Amino acid sequence: MRQVWLWIGGAALLFLVCAALAPGVLAPGDPLAINPAQSFRGPSLSHLFGTDESGRDIYIRIIHGTGASLLIGVSATAIGVGLALVFGLLAGLGPRWLDFGTTRFLEVLFAFPGLLLALLFIVVYGPGVVTSTIAVGLATAPGYARIIRSRVLVVRRAPYLEAATVLGRGRWFRLWRHLLPNVAGSLFVLVTLGIGQSIVWASSLSYLGLGAVPPAAEWGAMLSAGRTYLTSFWWMTFFPGLFIMMSAVATTLVVRGLQKRSRLS
Amino acid sequence: MLWAVATVTFFAIRLIPGDPAEAILGGPGSQASAAALAKARADYGLDQPLFVQYLQYLGRMLRGDLGDSYALKQPVIAVVGENLGGTLLLALVSLLVAAAIALGLAAWSARGGRVASGISWVLEVVTAAVPHFWLAISLILLFSTTLDWLPPVSVPGPLGLVLPVLTLALPLSGFLAQVMRESILDAMASPFVLAAEARGESSGGVFWRHTLRHAAIPAIGLAGWAFGSLISGAVVVETIFARPGLGRSLLSAVQQRDVPLVLGVVLVVALGYMLVTTLTDLGDRLVDPRLRAE
Repeated sequence: MRQVWLWIGGAALLFLVCAALAPGVLAPGDPLAINPAQSFRGPSLSHLFGTDESGRDIYIRIIHGTGASLLIGVSATAIGVGLALVFGLLAGLGPRWLDFGTTRFLEVLFAFPGLLLALLFIVVYGPGVVTSTIAVGLATAPGYARIIRSRVLVVRRAPYLEAATVLGRGRWFRLWRHLLPNVAGSLFVLVTLGIGQSIVWASSLSYLGLGAVPPAAEWGAMLSAGRTYLTSFWWMTFFPGLFIMMSAVATTLVVRGLQKRSRLS
Repeated sequence: MLWAVATVTFFAIRLIPGDPAEAILGGPGSQASAAALAKARADYGLDQPLFVQYLQYLGRMLRGDLGDSYALKQPVIAVVGENLGGTLLLALVSLLVAAAIALGLAAWSARGGRVASGISWVLEVVTAAVPHFWLAISLILLFSTTLDWLPPVSVPGPLGLVLPVLTLALPLSGFLAQVMRESILDAMASPFVLAAEARGESSGGVFWRHTLRHAAIPAIGLAGWAFGSLISGAVVVETIFARPGLGRSLLSAVQQRDVPLVLGVVLVVALGYMLVTTLTDLGDRLVDPRLRAE
């Protein structure tokens, strides 16, 4: 039963990747071409998802925005996991005082709920695509770091690492060949879930007017533009939101499905 | 802990490019005169060395003075006090609703309800994938625009609270239900339930007296996380439903780069988080007698 969901999630993910790599194939047309005579048209056969205030086709804009939106999700996750790896490894491998310091620092960061940390970063560096991406990465880092640290602590005491030490392998060799691959295994799930989550977060920031700005064909920016027309022209926010959700649901389904599969085998 | 949070925020704010005195006088576009800038600097103590400013900041904070908002020209503590109640009410009601939904679903599906399992699975995906603003928009479209049952903006009174609370509670309940279900299943398989049943307790009695306690433990442990998620959600929800509250003042403060107000709200939230984690420990002891025995 859940295997079906794995395939559905996988198919949705594949569709998004195709849209990101070759938007012109799925939606031929210019995402920025305006046509004021056709503004605020509801969904129809000629405009699948309707048109916006300047008569731009929303379907074309969404497909062409996939690349930018996925890129934001992937880079935010990369920033978050990258920072978390540094912190997690420092805490898990370093001397006791370093572990103490890093853990305390992470605890302080935990006192700022995710979105707050992102907002704090944006107030310092100003709104925009780049800052909101970094903000999301920063905001997610403490959570990842905690998981990585506990994973490192488990792996560090594993017999195979002890064996490697006895065999006289150097510190970096052990880190690179034994520790990282074993930590990375559990990271795979985190990263996949994280990309979907980051897209949702970044779009929340864009929706609040702190991320990407119109007229860029990016999902969050489209949402933020449609916010003004929410009750009269619902399709302007509905469809970009649908794609944001689709990317997050797809990653969740794939991860759940793969976990289930590995548990069964 | 609060000191650490205050220090981090103080130095984070110092990283802001540009002159804070200019921000007080309305941003770079205001073309404030040199005299006005100097006066603003003196008024807000910005002409002092950084270390002195830091000490002054800590001292003021100990006295409960969080400074004046740049944009509203009002003491931050007054703005926060004005808006705190609305957000607390929203968060608390959402938490209760979420816990009730989660408990119902978890108990039902743990006892083999297929429908409940289905619902909680959907809610689980909702938690992971549906942004708050999206849920809010869908609820507005359904209940206000189409059915015309509830107001699209938050009016005073219980009716205006329904949609914002649903927006916050649904994703949270999915997450809580998932956790509670696991622990209920664990508890139901453990010997003490068998023993209680052997003593002739009714299955309902066993559930309420024994299993429920176990379901509560992990849920209480998540309280800090839930608090953070509710506050993050409140920023979005209060903005969409035009509901006065801490989240909305935080957002407008961020948009206007009103640094003292942002700092004030962040500090209050951090304080709230610490309060919740402390209460969590107490709640754990209340529910779990094994912790009291140590």
